[in-house]
Amino acid sequence: MNAPSGMPRKLRITTTSLSGCFGCHMSLLDIDERLLELAGLVEFDRSPITDIKHCSQHCDVALIEGGVCNAENVHVLRELRANSKILVALGACAVNGGLPAQRNHLDVGKCLSQAYRTPDGSAAAIPNDPELPLLLDKVYPINEIVRVDYFLPGCPPSGDTIWKFLTDLLTGRTPRIEHPLLKFD
Amino acid sequence: MSDMNSATSANTFSIDGQRIAFESGQTILQAALAAGVYIPHLCHHPELKPHGSCKLCTVVVNGRNGSACTQKATPGIEVENNTPALNDRRRVLLQMLFVEGNHFCPGCEKSGNCQLQALAYDLEMLAPHFRHAFPARPVDASHPDVWLDLNRCVMCELCVRASRDLDGKNVFMLAGRGAESRVVINSPSGLLGDSTLTIDDRAAHVCPVGAILPKRVGYAVPIGERQFDAEPISHQVDYLAHRHIPIVPVATQTENS
Repeated sequence: MNAPSGMPRKLRITTTSLSGCFGCHMSLLDIDERLLELAGLVEFDRSPITDIKHCSQHCDVALIEGGVCNAENVHVLRELRANSKILVALGACAVNGGLPAQRNHLDVGKCLSQAYRTPDGSAAAIPNDPELPLLLDKVYPINEIVRVDYFLPGCPPSGDTIWKFLTDLLTGRTPRIEHPLLKFD
Repeated sequence: MSDMNSATSANTFSIDGQRIAFESGQTILQAALAAGVYIPHLCHHPELKPHGSCKLCTVVVNGRNGSACTQKATPGIEVENNTPALNDRRRVLLQMLFVEGNHFCPGCEKSGNCQLQALAYDLEMLAPHFRHAFPARPVDASHPDVWLDLNRCVMCELCVRASRDLDGKNVFMLAGRGAESRVVINSPSGLLGDSTLTIDDRAAHVCPVGAILPKRVGYAVPIGERQFDAEPISHQVDYLAHRHIPIVPVATQTENS
């Protein structure tokens, strides 16, 4: 907050999970005691960790977990892109759609009626509340919606991978993820 | 060792400035692998005739592009291989292969044994870059012992070649043109289960990706202990040069050294 003069400003990080499983956020927590070190270097803005609902000011880094499967995901992703200097695709779903994208060769209407049909197989009661975001025709990797600065593949990327990436970024190095930290599975 | 001396002057060429000895008839890729020099490749297998379709092994020979797997080694040629420009192009080829099919590593039994994935790791391909095609391709589970998942097929024709040249069966063939290309099965119904393929066929085990997989193997060897987990593919030249198409699936072999 009120850093002593001469101390570099803390970087502001914002994170979100679009159509993700929060596994990548779990992996971020999996850096274990290094979280304390990270807390000395960064502040979290909008994030499931802080429960801030919208970006409160301009952020330095946005970590995006999950692909884009519905209209709300598009709005959230655009908000974070507009308010961040560096936007990172965190994990397989953000990079290539991942598991949710397995529906991409199916018709979204048929998916819904299959998922919500009544047990006897009769008429489908598909939820239609105006508060529910509409599904997109396909699940998109985030780089097909906004510009992405860095990609961090993995399902999830390991804590070590995330740590290597963040420390590279925080210390001004070009982030480099290679064997054995680079994994797609 | 006058023989040796004459051999080094007559039967050598250079890769990135390193002198490579070769035997008459060897391709650039064969000579390189025999000498312990890694050239990225996907559609090549040491037990099968070269095909030259994936173009990942493209090198620059005396200033001109050529596929290292099909071009014969000749005395004195100068080959560029491990250069940033070539590796950039190889990465783009990989990215196009990834977006053209449905390659979801977290859900694939081949992960860790997959040559496509290993190449992407080695060339530090962090994202597929291009717009995904998300094609609708079928999964054929009709065979009692073998899965066929065309979502993961890269159309390298290794199964076609193994079935034709090693098994003598012609179970697989590539049909269609351009974006419509696909592997088809030689059986009345077009299903793998009605073909003459058996689990003992080498074609059932040659697939470099997860398109043709033996059933009931799954994760017998866990993720993290697989072929390309311990060391990147570029450090496994000896394996690439001398591997055999296993009669038993790779993943069931327990010895790991």
